[in-house]
Amino acid sequence: MSNWDRFIFTFFNVEIATKYGWDILQGVAVTLLAGLAVVITGIVVGFGLAALRAAGWKSVNFLIIVFVDIFRSLPPLAIILVLYFGFPNIGIVLPSLVVLWVSLGAVLASFAEEIFWAGITSVPKGQWLAARSTGLTFAQTLRHVILPQAVRLGIPPLTNRAIAITKNLALGSAIGVNEILGRANSALSMSANATPLTMAALLYVVVFIPLVIASRALERNYHWGER
Amino acid sequence: MDQFVQEFFNFEVMAKVAPFLLHGLLQTLLLCSFLIPIGLVSGLLTMLLTTSHYRPLRWPAIAAVDFFRAFPPLVLLVFVYAGLPFIGLQVPALVAVAIAFLLNSASYYGEIYRAGMVSVPRGQNEAARSTGLSATQALVYVTLPQALRNVLPDLLSNTVELVKLTTLASVISVPELLHSANLARSLTFNSSPLVLAAIIYLILLLPVVRLIARLEHKL
Repeated sequence: MSNWDRFIFTFFNVEIATKYGWDILQGVAVTLLAGLAVVITGIVVGFGLAALRAAGWKSVNFLIIVFVDIFRSLPPLAIILVLYFGFPNIGIVLPSLVVLWVSLGAVLASFAEEIFWAGITSVPKGQWLAARSTGLTFAQTLRHVILPQAVRLGIPPLTNRAIAITKNLALGSAIGVNEILGRANSALSMSANATPLTMAALLYVVVFIPLVIASRALERNYHWGER
Repeated sequence: MDQFVQEFFNFEVMAKVAPFLLHGLLQTLLLCSFLIPIGLVSGLLTMLLTTSHYRPLRWPAIAAVDFFRAFPPLVLLVFVYAGLPFIGLQVPALVAVAIAFLLNSASYYGEIYRAGMVSVPRGQNEAARSTGLSATQALVYVTLPQALRNVLPDLLSNTVELVKLTTLASVISVPELLHSANLARSLTFNSSPLVLAAIIYLILLLPVVRLIARLEHKL
């Protein structure tokens, strides 16, 4: 067998691909579903925390800052392992998919909170004063004046962050979540061939590349990076 | 509550596994000592390609950057580590980590440098060139320093991300901090080693995260 043939046989083996293809494709559904759950939870919770922080209660703000700083500093895999291995020992058994969702959701929420908060603080103070002096309440000002501007500023960095964190769904393979990489890994050990890994890599790229291209377009539209 | 403390903050277990985790920490620092420079330098080269005026250079570079930004780092690492032996290339785990991180962080750092270069007004380069500086001199002495200053917070936060990503090496059994902690957990039947590892990561990274927040608010 020539080197080229061996390369094709190892990484692009049609026989292996058809045998394990359907199984790995089902992993895409798991990844997409978990990704959607992580993104929605992360953004909603992050948005809520930023809005809460704008209210300016000192003790609440302290707790929010501690929470987001910790979850921005910890490696996601460390959080996942603590939840997955530690909690059953104190009587809380979480399915691995839930562990993955909660961990990455908390990480994205922390980053989203900081991005929304940066947006809120970047709105000039005069806007608050003007809105309040027209008779709007604090909540109305936040909702109709400040947040629309803050969210607009936050969209490009938030997109990038959401993509980066959702890609961590592959970490689920370390705790037995049946996502793309996990399924490809078991197919790899059964078939003794690297084709399942090639498929996993391609499927992940197919899932994420539209998002990466969309984020590029967003950056162009919002002129992010031009200060 | 007692059970919680026993499971997660058992100081007896922590004290017992601390020397073992210290070895892991050293391995993590070793990883960082070559992965961060690799990322910073390869990112710079990537930026030179993606901002090049020659389309045959720029387009493939941008395509490659997008490709690797869509590629989950763990998938990349497993692919390099488990895939290469099949074509007869037996690489040590550390080399696999270096290759995977090179491909991943060249794209991320490259995009940050590029955002920095875009933020420098075009007139700066034109003025520099018209005073007689060569293209290289204008880049090194005029535009690049300004670009770097503009994206310093982003460079720092990507470096934090890179340090956090070194935990992925545990998946291919590199004995770094998280790997040691997880091994200690399975030997002691207690999660305190993992919590201790988390505390070490916090001590390393929390100050940088705070610093970045401060830099960002100043800009």
